[in-house]
Amino acid sequence: MLNRYPLWKYLLILLVLAVGLVYSLPNLFPADPAVQISPASGGENLSESQLERVQSALADADIPLKSTERGANSVLLRLDSASDQMRARGVVDGLLDDDHVVAVNLAESTPSWLRDLAASPMTLGLDLRGGVHFLLEVDMDAAVTQRLEVNASAMRETLRSERIRYRNTEIDGRTVSMDFMNAEDRDEAKSLISRDFPDFQYADAEADRGARLSMTLSDQAVDEIQDYAINQNLTTLRNRVNELGVAEPLVQRQGPNRIVVELPGVQDTAAAKRVVGATANLEFRLEARPDTPEQETETLQFRSSPRTAELMRDVIITGDSVSSATRSFDENGRPQVNIDLDGTGGTLMNRATRSNIGRNMAVVFIEHKTNDRTVMKDGKPEVVRDPYTERGIISLATIQSALGNSFRITGLDSPTEAAELSLLLRSGSLAAPIYFVQERTIGPSLGQDNIDRGILSVQIGLLLVVAFMLLRYKAFGLIANVALGVNLVLVIAAMSMLGATLTLPGIAGIVLTLGMAVDANVLIFERIREELRTGLSVQQAIHAGYERAFTSIVDANLTTLLVALILFSIGTGPVKGFAVTLSLGILTSMFTALMVTRAMVNLTVGGKPLKKLWI
Amino acid sequence: MRQFDFMGKRRLAFTTSAVMLLIALVSLAVQQLSLGLDFTGGTLVEVSYHTAPSLDTVRQTLEAAGFQDISVQTFGTADEILIRLQQAFDPNVGQQVTDLLRAGGDQVTLVRAEFVGAQVGEQLRDQSGLGMLVALGVVMLYVAFRFQYKFAVGAIVALIHDVIIVLGAFSLFQIEFDLTVLAAVLAVIGYSLNDTIIVYDRIRENIRLSRIDDMPAIFNDAINQTLSRTLATSGTTILVLLALLVLGGDMIHNFAIALLIGVGVGTFSSIYVASALLLPLKLQRTDLIPAPKENEDAEELP
Repeated sequence: MLNRYPLWKYLLILLVLAVGLVYSLPNLFPADPAVQISPASGGENLSESQLERVQSALADADIPLKSTERGANSVLLRLDSASDQMRARGVVDGLLDDDHVVAVNLAESTPSWLRDLAASPMTLGLDLRGGVHFLLEVDMDAAVTQRLEVNASAMRETLRSERIRYRNTEIDGRTVSMDFMNAEDRDEAKSLISRDFPDFQYADAEADRGARLSMTLSDQAVDEIQDYAINQNLTTLRNRVNELGVAEPLVQRQGPNRIVVELPGVQDTAAAKRVVGATANLEFRLEARPDTPEQETETLQFRSSPRTAELMRDVIITGDSVSSATRSFDENGRPQVNIDLDGTGGTLMNRATRSNIGRNMAVVFIEHKTNDRTVMKDGKPEVVRDPYTERGIISLATIQSALGNSFRITGLDSPTEAAELSLLLRSGSLAAPIYFVQERTIGPSLGQDNIDRGILSVQIGLLLVVAFMLLRYKAFGLIANVALGVNLVLVIAAMSMLGATLTLPGIAGIVLTLGMAVDANVLIFERIREELRTGLSVQQAIHAGYERAFTSIVDANLTTLLVALILFSIGTGPVKGFAVTLSLGILTSMFTALMVTRAMVNLTVGGKPLKKLWI
Repeated sequence: MRQFDFMGKRRLAFTTSAVMLLIALVSLAVQQLSLGLDFTGGTLVEVSYHTAPSLDTVRQTLEAAGFQDISVQTFGTADEILIRLQQAFDPNVGQQVTDLLRAGGDQVTLVRAEFVGAQVGEQLRDQSGLGMLVALGVVMLYVAFRFQYKFAVGAIVALIHDVIIVLGAFSLFQIEFDLTVLAAVLAVIGYSLNDTIIVYDRIRENIRLSRIDDMPAIFNDAINQTLSRTLATSGTTILVLLALLVLGGDMIHNFAIALLIGVGVGTFSSIYVASALLLPLKLQRTDLIPAPKENEDAEELP
C-alpha cells in the first residue's frame, strides 16, 4: 500500500530520537567552578593523606567545598563561586610540590546516570562562557643562546673540516668567543666563518696563551632571532592546542615577549597546562670515544638510573627534524615512540650513523624548567623565576647499521610520557623556553547583554519560521515544525557527543542548517502541491512528491556536505568549528526531512482515503 | 500560474552582475577589507576595580569615547577586567582607558597595557584559502559527475560571483570583517550552492522530459516551477536574518548583514549566473541524454 512504513522504520526513528534526547540532556545542567589536581608528567595521583591536607587547608582558609571527586588520573574539587576558585587554587598550589599540576577548571555537573552513558554537555565557547586563560612568557635570552649554540656547533664543524685547531668556545650573552693557538689560525678562521655567518660583528682579542676571536650578534640579528622565536612558539602552541583536541581556542601574542592561550569551558585543564607548557625536546648525540678531547665532550646522567655517560658536545639532530611521531608498544609491552625524520634530518642522521657503525648513540631528553622563589622587593612579595635546563639520557644504544628516515625510541618511563613526547615532537618544538606567568579563569568575551540579545534574536527567528510554515502549509507545516524540533535536538546531541564547542557563530550556523531543513520540507510540500495540481490522487501525490524531491534534496545536501568536509579537513580553529556544525546540521536535516516527516505523514494520512490535503 | 520570462532578461542581468563584480573587485583592490580585531590584533588593557563594575557600562563608556571593536571580560575575579581594543598600541592607551573609566567615579587602577597579536595566524589564513580552493575543485568534480561539466562551470562561477560580491560589499562600506563574518561567508557558499543545485536539478529533469529543444523556454519553466520554493526558502531565511539583524546586538549584526547580502545575491545567481550561463556554454539535450545508438537507427530501417 502507498505511504506506509514497515514497523522497523518507525522503531529506528524512535530509537534515534531517544538517543538524541538522552545525549542532548546534559546541556541542561550548568557547570561548577572547580580546581583540578593531577600528577605532573609520569607521577603518582594525589594520595589520600595529601588530599586530607588539602581539604583541611581549604577549611582553614574558609573556602567551602561543594564536593571532592577522585578520577582515574586526577582529583577534582568543586566550589561555589569563581572567587572561591581563585583563592582555592592559590591555597592548593602553595601546599603541593612540583609533582602535581594544579589548574582551574569548569566541571560539568551531569547526573551520574547520564555520565554512565558517556553523555556530556557541549562546551560553550570563549565568547559565550569564557574559559581558562594562560599567560606564557617566552625566554628571549634563551632563544639567543640556543641559536648561538647551534651556530657555534656549525662553526666548529667548519673549522674541523678545514683542519684549523681551536681550543675552546664560550657563549656569553650575545657573544661567542673562540680561543686559538695563535693569531694566524684565528685570522684564517675569521675569514672562513665570516663568509657563512654575516650576522656577527667580529673582533680580535688577546687571550692568555694564544689568540681569541669574539663574535657578537648585531642588534638587528638579535631582533630577528627573537621575532622568529616568538612566532615559532605561537605556531607550535597553536599546533599543540589543536592536537589536544581543544575546539575554538585562542592563541595570540601579547606584548613583545608573551603569548596568551585561552581554552574554552570544560576541559582537562591540567593536561592542557602540562602539554602547553611542556618544553621537552630530544637531541641525538654520539657517545664520546676515549680519546676525544675533553672540551668536545659532556657528561650526562641517565634519567632512570644514576649511571652517567660521556657524550659528544655536537648534536646530530634535535627533535626539530622530526616530521611525525607516534606512540606504540614494543614486543615486551614497553612504551616506545616511532619517529619519522624530515629530508634534511634523515640525511644528517644517515651521514652520522653510516660512518660510525659500532659506536653508541644517545637519545637525550631535554626539559626547561623553572624554580619559583618568592622574595620581598620594596616591601612587596615578588616571584622570581630561575630557569634551568634538565638533560637526561633516555637510551644509549649501539649503532647496528646506518639509520634512515624512520626509527624508534625506547626507554621511556610510562605510556603517558610516550604519548606526550610524541605529541610534542609532532607539533614541533618551541624555539625558546616558555614559562607560565599567569593563570586565570576568564569571563565571556561577549557581554551578557550581547549574549542575551543574540539568543533572543535566534529564538524569535525560529518562531517566525515556525509561524511561516504553519501559515503556508497548515497541517503539513505542523509536521515540518515537529521535525524542526527533532532536528534541533539531534544537532545538539551530535555536537555534545563529538565534544564540539558552541560559539555564537556556531549558534547562527545551527539556525542556518535549520533553515536548510525547512528548505527540504518546502521542496517536498511544493512538489506535492504540484502533483496534486496535475490531478494525481492524494496518496499518489504524497508518494510522488517525496520521490521526486528526493534527488534534489540529496544532491543539494551532498554538495554542501562535501564543502563542509573539506573545510573540516583543511581548515583550523573557527573554520573547522563551523564545518562541524554545518556537517552535523546537514546530516540531521536530511534525516528529519526525508524520514521523520515521512513517518509522521504516513502515520497520519498514509493509506487513508482522503479527498483533500491540508497543505 | 503566471510565467515569468527570466531568460529573456538575461542580458540585463549579466550586465548587472558584471557591474557589481567590477565595483566589488575595484573596492577590494583599492581599500581592501576592514579587518577586525581577530585578524589585526590590537591593544590589551588590564584594569583592577575597587568594586566589581558592570561590564556593559565599561563597554559603552569606551564605545562612546570612539574605541572600536571592544571586548570586555572579567579576569579571574569580578573586579579585574580585561579589555581588548582594535587600536594600534601606543604607550598612552592604557592611561587613556583608565582615565575614561575613572571619569565615572570608580576607583580604577591600571594593571597592564600591551599590544596583542592577531588571533588568526598567517598559517590559518593560508590554509583556509587553500581549503576554499580545494572545496571549489571538489564541488566542480561532483557536479560534473552528477550533472555535466557545463553545469559544474556554471555552479562554480556562481559561487565565486557570490563570494566576491559579499566581500566587495564589506569592503565598499568598510564594514568590519571578523571571524564571525568569515563563518557567514562560508555559510553563503553553502546556501548558494544548495539553491543552485535545486534549480539545476529541475532543469535536468525538464530537459529529460521535454520534447522541445528551446533551452530558454525549458529554463524558464524550471525556474518558474521552483520559484515558489525559492521564495519560501529565501523568505524564511531572510525572516530569520532580519530578526538577527534587528535584535541580535553588535556581535551578530555583521554576520546577519553578510548573510542577507549572500542570500540575496545567491538567489539571483542561481537563476542568472548558474542557469543563464548554461546558454552561452551551449548546453544541449544531448549533454544529458546520451545520443541515440545504432540499434535505434536499426529499428527505423525497413
